Amino acid sequence: MPQDVAELVAAAKHGDREAFDELVRVTYADTYTLAYRLTGNEEDARDVVQEAYLRAFRGLRRFRGDAQFSTWMYRITANCAATQLGKRARHRHDELDDRAPVADPRLDHDPQLRADADDLRSRLHAALDALPPRLRAVVVLRDVYELSHESIAAELGISESAAKVRLHRARHKLRDQLFPRRDGEASRAV
Amino acid sequence: MTSRERADLRRNRAREVDPVRCEDIAEDLAAAADGNALLGRSQRRHVERCLRCQAEVVQYRRLLRAMRSLRTEVLEPAPGLLADILANLEGAGERHAVRSLLSGRRVAYLGGLAAATAAGAAGAIVFASRSRRTRLAG
Repeated sequence: MPQDVAELVAAAKHGDREAFDELVRVTYADTYTLAYRLTGNEEDARDVVQEAYLRAFRGLRRFRGDAQFSTWMYRITANCAATQLGKRARHRHDELDDRAPVADPRLDHDPQLRADADDLRSRLHAALDALPPRLRAVVVLRDVYELSHESIAAELGISESAAKVRLHRARHKLRDQLFPRRDGEASRAV
Repeated sequence: MTSRERADLRRNRAREVDPVRCEDIAEDLAAAADGNALLGRSQRRHVERCLRCQAEVVQYRRLLRAMRSLRTEVLEPAPGLLADILANLEGAGERHAVRSLLSGRRVAYLGGLAAATAAGAAGAIVFASRSRRTRLAG
């Protein structure tokens, strides 16, 4: 069976079910990570991932291959997450602390640098969790997954200018959380 | 001149030298740190002189670097998720196959029905024309 993602996609498009299953095996952890970041909880992330692969399976023939498969999956996942979050009437910040273990292959050998980076990252996780979901979705898709404003707007069902405004607000809030101002130093209005 | 008037004068002179205010470029700083937007000449000149805006650019750049570093983090999915996804796909595949089969049979059935109807109609026309010819000959 071919192992390269592009080959797997090509085989799956020709109806090879095993190739599609292998695509799922290769990509599902990444898809789950995005789903978790967008929804903020494990239960919703699981539902989003399942729905995303179903949609990918049904729509694979429409995947033209001009983008990477991973980018295409990110867009589908973002769309499914937006739908899922829309169904949720309330936010569940109380469940956000039991984050799944993280595997980071880029370990730094300098203990001080590593401690600083770990500290910043840990504060970033907390700041992201504290963002309203609609702001978090935009900033994660743009700044972590580097989707275009156009793609983000399309998948979240908002205008491009709304996506840009949300991105700016989200970055502003994150920056204020990560780098709190000293007493008497007022934050700029957004 | 009162102290207030002196302060206003200082502010106005500063504005003549640097017409850009920090608030005016707050939004552009984040986009500039992202590399998606370029600051104009007057904005650049302001940032070169303004420690507050310089600090903001540095903070946005650190934020973006931290955000991009998250891309390499992969969360460990809950146990059983892969099996659930594959089972879900299997079910969807089977439902799709059954639908295709049923729609294929339906097409064949409707096609047969149409052919039978057409044949019946053709037979009736032939029969009617023959009986009319027989009546005329008689």
